[in-house]
Amino acid sequence: MAIKAAPRVRSDAVPLRTFRSAGRPVAIAGLGIHAPEKVLTNQDLERMVETSDQWIRERTGIRRRHIAEPGTTTFSLATEAAREALAASTVRPEELDMILVATSTPDGPFPSVACRVQGELGVPGACAMDLLAACTGFVYALSAAEAYVSSGRADTVLVIGAEVLSRLVDWKDRGTSVIFADGAAAAVLRPAQRGAGFVAWCLGSDGRGYDQITCGNPTLGGYASGESAPRIAMKGPDVFKFATDIFIRQAFAVAEEAGIDIDDIDLFVPHQANSRIIEAAARRVGLPMERVMVNIDEYGNTSTATIGLALHDALRQGRLKSGDRVLIAGFGSGLTWGACLLEWE
Amino acid sequence: MAELDFKELQELAAEILGVEPEQVQMNVSFQRDLAADSLDLVELIAAVEDKYDVELPEEQLEQMKNVGDLWQFLEAREAERTRA
Repeated sequence: MAIKAAPRVRSDAVPLRTFRSAGRPVAIAGLGIHAPEKVLTNQDLERMVETSDQWIRERTGIRRRHIAEPGTTTFSLATEAAREALAASTVRPEELDMILVATSTPDGPFPSVACRVQGELGVPGACAMDLLAACTGFVYALSAAEAYVSSGRADTVLVIGAEVLSRLVDWKDRGTSVIFADGAAAAVLRPAQRGAGFVAWCLGSDGRGYDQITCGNPTLGGYASGESAPRIAMKGPDVFKFATDIFIRQAFAVAEEAGIDIDDIDLFVPHQANSRIIEAAARRVGLPMERVMVNIDEYGNTSTATIGLALHDALRQGRLKSGDRVLIAGFGSGLTWGACLLEWE
Repeated sequence: MAELDFKELQELAAEILGVEPEQVQMNVSFQRDLAADSLDLVELIAAVEDKYDVELPEEQLEQMKNVGDLWQFLEAREAERTRA
């Protein structure tokens, strides 16, 4: 099979760091999700902000999104997803060695969402912590979990991505209010029972791009600037460019590190930021959309929860089978990015 | 080096902007005539950079209103390369 050539890299592009998994193979043993019941459709948004169903669909691919009711906590969404993932992987909560929650919207500065989940599950002892890498958080958390399990420091790790982004949305900004939404997804990582599990990774950040996706004063942040209600802001075209580039470069970098061709990838599960970013990246990578998982139409951009929501839907729809080579890739505020290739168990 | 073929640029732009290649003419505006939004333009630029092995500086992008502007830029780059 012909090796697809990677698109040219701009001379100012950041070098990508890749590495192979080492130690004992680690796999995703089970997935769980939770989305708030309340649904906000594009038609609902038409009544709130200057926009239209057609405009939203054409530019983002989103039809509806789930929004948490007032009083709903991030940890409650996370706990629901966690319970489902534990049940799916037939792991008892007491077996957990570590709980990692990727979130940009914790319920407060502390305690961590991870500790609140642990309290809800009633399993003291495991190490619990939150991790912030914006929308890339889930991939970062997967990589941390995988490192602990592959090295033998842990046998069973619960990874969760959970967000209540709707509280940070500027409902007057038609560029961002139609995109962001609430939800949670969880994965249980354990030593692989068969197959290779996680194979190769690409993780990186570029703090020079700190002002591209922000919440609150871009330079000072929300706290130092004294803002009582910081709101999400995004430089749309710049982010679009960064996102498509980094999706493409990560896909080739991870495939190369794993020693496979792009054509060998059975399913590409990208962070669901915007269907146009996904389609533009898939086109340039040379992956047909039949091998790309898109479910942003139902959930919108739930930041750290999108990849888990997409994996879960892919599994439910029969698009994810044992032995499949899966490419996961994300990007987010920071700027941050992360991707991995795994053999589905 | 072979000369640039305008037809190829027409086909590339048509594919990305979702229009017919014949609509992509020198005097046509990306935004006004071909209804390209900011994301379309970003995607088109990336595709052009890939295909022609060039880098389009941000400041020059802003000035490229018409298909002809982009074409002239590509021709100028090609001429530089031929001389080099």
